[in-house]
Formats: sequence, C-alpha cells, structure tokens
Amino acid sequence: MRIIVCIKQVPETTNVKIDPNTGTLIREGVESIINPFDMYAIEEGLRIKERLGGGEVIVITMGPPQAEDALREAISMGVDKAILISDKRLAGSDTYATSYTLSKAIQKIGDYDLILCGKQAIDGDTAQVGPGISSWLDIPQVTYVRRIREIDKDKAIVERMTEEGYDVIEAPLPALFTVVKEINEPRLPSLKGKLRAKKMEIPIWGVDELGLDADKIGLDGSPTRVMKVFTPPPRQKGLILDGPVEEAVDKLANLLKDIVIR
Amino acid sequence: MDYLLTEEQQMLRELARQIAEEKVRPVAKHYDETQEFPWEIMKILAQSDLFGVYIEEKYGGTGGGVLELALVTEELSRACGGIAVCYAASALGTYPIILFGNEEQRQRYLPDLAAGKKLAAFALTEPNAGSDASAIETRAEKKGDYYILNGRKQWITNGGEAEVYVVIAMTDKSKGARGASAFIVEKGMEGFEFGKKEDKLGIRASATRELIFDNCKVPKENLLGKEGMGFLIAMRTFDVSRPGVAAQALGIAQGALELAIEYAHQRHQFGKPISSFQGIQFMLADMATQVEAARALVYSVCRMIDSGKKDVAKESAMAKLFASDVCMRVTTDCLQIFGGYGYMRDYPIEKYFRDAKITQIYEGTNQIMRHIIALNLIKELASKKR
Repeated sequence: MRIIVCIKQVPETTNVKIDPNTGTLIREGVESIINPFDMYAIEEGLRIKERLGGGEVIVITMGPPQAEDALREAISMGVDKAILISDKRLAGSDTYATSYTLSKAIQKIGDYDLILCGKQAIDGDTAQVGPGISSWLDIPQVTYVRRIREIDKDKAIVERMTEEGYDVIEAPLPALFTVVKEINEPRLPSLKGKLRAKKMEIPIWGVDELGLDADKIGLDGSPTRVMKVFTPPPRQKGLILDGPVEEAVDKLANLLKDIVIR
Repeated sequence: MDYLLTEEQQMLRELARQIAEEKVRPVAKHYDETQEFPWEIMKILAQSDLFGVYIEEKYGGTGGGVLELALVTEELSRACGGIAVCYAASALGTYPIILFGNEEQRQRYLPDLAAGKKLAAFALTEPNAGSDASAIETRAEKKGDYYILNGRKQWITNGGEAEVYVVIAMTDKSKGARGASAFIVEKGMEGFEFGKKEDKLGIRASATRELIFDNCKVPKENLLGKEGMGFLIAMRTFDVSRPGVAAQALGIAQGALELAIEYAHQRHQFGKPISSFQGIQFMLADMATQVEAARALVYSVCRMIDSGKKDVAKESAMAKLFASDVCMRVTTDCLQIFGGYGYMRDYPIEKYFRDAKITQIYEGTNQIMRHIIALNLIKELASKKR
C-alpha cells in the first residue's frame, strides 16, 4: 500500500507576534515546525504501514526551500521518501492553487492508495487543502478522522469526529482522509531515522516537472484575495446584572433595546 | 562550553534531550512516588534507538561508544536520575557481552539489547561481598552441559525487569578472586527467582532487587570468557561503565543547577530577586564551574576509552569519583538556595538531592575509587623505577 502524507511547515505559533503597525506576522526569529495536525497524519501513515506489515509512506510538502527541514523531520520519524514542491512561481498560492499543485504532485507519484492530511494548518486554519486535493483527484474524502478501524487495499472503515460523537464511514480506496488529534500520539524521531534523514536526497519538483497550468498556480492563479489582515479587538468585559431577578430582567431588557444591530 | 561533538553526537544529544524534556520530566515525580518501573519510557528510548548507541552496527546498534552512552545518560539524568539509571544499568549488563562474549553470544544477545527489546543487568554484589568483590559466595558447579548456580545476589539494578543477567559466581572457591567466573543467565531459566525489591532513598524509579539462584541450570555455552575470568570481566566492565555513572551524576547536578538558577531569579526577598545577592551568586558560580569541570573530565575519559586505550581504570575511577562528589555538593547547595521550599516534596529539588547520593556509592564507592586511583599511581611510579 502506498500512503502519501501532505504536510505543511508553519511558524511555531506560541511564539508568533503581530506587528501592531502593519498587522502582519513577525516571522523573524520564529521557529518553523511541522503543522501539528500533520504530525498525526504522518504517525497514522506509519501506523498503517506497520499494521499491514509493509507498504510505503511518502511525505510531500509545498513551500519555500527551507520546508525541506520539515520533510527531514518526517523522515527521522520513519517515512520512506519525501518530495519537496518548490518554485518561485508557486508563491502566493491560496487553497485552490495549493490543492491543485499538490494533486498534480500526487498524480506524478502515482499508484497511491491513501492520502492523509492534518485536519487544518494552524497558521491559515482553512481546512480546505485536504478536501481540495480529493476534489482535484476525484476520489472520496473523509474529514476529521479520529480512528481508522479497518483498512486494506480496497477499503477503509473509519470514525469521523462530529460535534455530538462520531460517524462510522466506509470508503473505497484510494481516498483522502484528514485527521484530528484524537487519532494517535505522534512518535518521537529515532536516532537511525535522524541519521537517515541527514543523508537522504530530497527531490524538488517545480512547475515544469509537474506540468502545471499557469493560470491555476501562484498568486495570479488564486481566486482568494486578502483584503485586510487585522488583529480583532480584544473582547469587551462582560456585564453581570445582580440584584433581585425582576430588577435585573428590567435592566437587561433596557440594555437590549439600546443595542443597535449592525 | 563547546566539546566539539560530531554532528551525530549532537543529534543524539538533541534527541535524548527532547525525550527527557517531553517524556521523562513530566513523569519523574510519579515514578519517584510509586516506585513503578518506567516501562513506558523504556519503550520510547527503544523506539528512538537509544539503547544501541554504544553497540556496533553489525549487532543492530548505531556504532558509537562510551561517550554516546554518557551523552544520553546525562540528558536523561537532567530530568530524572532514576529513569536514567534504568537505561544505563542495561549498558552495565551489556558491556561484559560486548567485551568478553564470543561471536555466538554476541549475536544471540546484542541485537535485542541494542533494540531495547530486552534490558540487561549486572550481578556482582552480595550481602557479604560489596567493595570486597572477591568475597562472593554464589557458586557455580559444572555438571555435564550445565553450570548449576546456587546463592544470592543483592541490590541488582534492573533486577526482575531485565531479561539478560551477567552473574559473577565462584567456580573454584579455593582460588579466591581468580576462582570467579561470569555467566549469562536469562530470566525464566530453571531455578532463577527474584527476591526482595528495595525501598530506596533516591533513584526510586529504578528497580533494585535480590536475585536468588536455587540449583539454577545455566547452559555451559553461557559462560563468558573462561572459567576464572569473572573478576577480570567485572573490573574491565566497570572501567567502561563508571563514566556512565559519572554522566548520571553530571546530569543530576546540571538539572539541579538549572532549577536553582531559575528559582534564585524568581524568588524575591528584601525586595529583590535572591540572585542579586552575592552570597547566592557565588554559590551559583562555584556550582556551574564544578559541573563544567566534571563534564570536561567525564567527556575526556570517555574519548580516551573510545580511542581504544586499554589501561583506563585510573581515569575511569577519577571521572566517577569527581563527578559524583560534585553532584552531591551541587545538589546540596541547590537545595540550600531553595531554602525551606527546597525541603518540601512539592518542589522538585529534593529529589535531585536524594538521587545524587547513590552516585557516590554504587559501581564502587568513592573510597574504592580513591583506592584504585592511588594503587595506579603507585604502580606507575614502580614501573618508572624499573
């Protein structure tokens, strides 16, 4: 079974600060990490391989050249191969362009049985790239997977987390799953993995290698436009109306009348 | 200070530190209180390949040496001296097989030990044979294809948890120390039982237990080296394992020092952080200097051993002696900096103080270390005169 895991390198958000003047992230000096949700996807890929007693886990990422570090970290955890998708022409891609590009890379790898993604990235928080990839590839998707009950070459039975509980879904393979943190606990790297990661050649695929359609990539190929980035104003302090219930209700009614709905 | 570690050694240290911080530190108090054996951590160390850092690649290790073992032990000890010794004691039980095992024995035991699938232990001490290892009473009698072991071993680290034991027993009592032999004994062999598990002052995550041999049948292929080599095997093993105890002491001291610096910076008295008082500053400075000096000695001795030098008993003893004495002094002073809070179990520093003490005692008391060092000094002088 060939499992492809899509990961993203993101800034370590616990340390991220926002420039109050420009409203943009201050990226300097901020460590980059593998998107935490993608760590669960990597771990699940490795576990499926171990469970089935064979197969291959390939991890791919699209990003600037330094995203190679994220791939090397994934290799140190035990994945078999890594591919970096990097090209200046891909800069500024939104989820449409990114999912298109990743789907083309997946097609180039070919012969895949399962694609795993984290449920969303902690920087963009869109949760769109995974489902986007499955749409481009026209394969089934299950989002928010919290457990893979059964899996073989032809199908998988998974639990999809919902607000109230979970759904049990059977999907034919190949399919794409996005996973939530409940699914597993990612392993730490191993020493042999780290030594392997240091030496491994990581191929870099660009627009030409993937034969990408120029109007579906990069900033120009992205329908999303960021109009404004701003820090939301801090939440106002709440108001507690105490005293006898009747008085409090009156006060509340008057307050509600004063609120102008914008 | 930069010790010019190779890229692989830095990688290894980084990995050990990550495990220590993320996995060991959060559970250190739990294992100290419950005295359960930290199998969950042993599994993580196994999965991360850290049990094989001093074992040759052809036996499944990553091909490092004593320095690699020391780096991992130091990092783990920074977070928990008890959990670290569960790891390091397996190396103590593995080294006799590396040093004296024949090819067949190495191939049979080392891969599982390198992978951390099994833990090892070393059994020399007995109720009446501590510093005087030649006084051991456990006997091994050859009968056909087996040696029959009878006797008791005491205070065996990893006892009951390990699968593989290197046991020193007398094959010829009349020859004294030269009548001892070393055997590989596996858990589950007929007549091999475990006795009392000790309740200890420190390193409480580690299992310290009695081994009981009651007509225990050990196949004759499990004799390490030759009959009569037991004492030599023990001494050569200690030569390479003592830097590991030194590294444990170093890690405990380093961990305590870091806590003390942080505390001194946060704790305010007389309207200032206590770290602004020279009395505290001098304590911190002295401790940091001693720890660094210990580290320099320990790493140097490790490198000397790894370079293949044979006669290392003196240097190895020096590393263990110095680092463990530093560890006891430093943890004592760190606790002092914490004042009354330091004496309370709510703060982690008292554990470092308790864990420190054993490093002056086991794998040869520091008095025995001084004896070994002095003996070598006299030997060196005598050989010069000749």
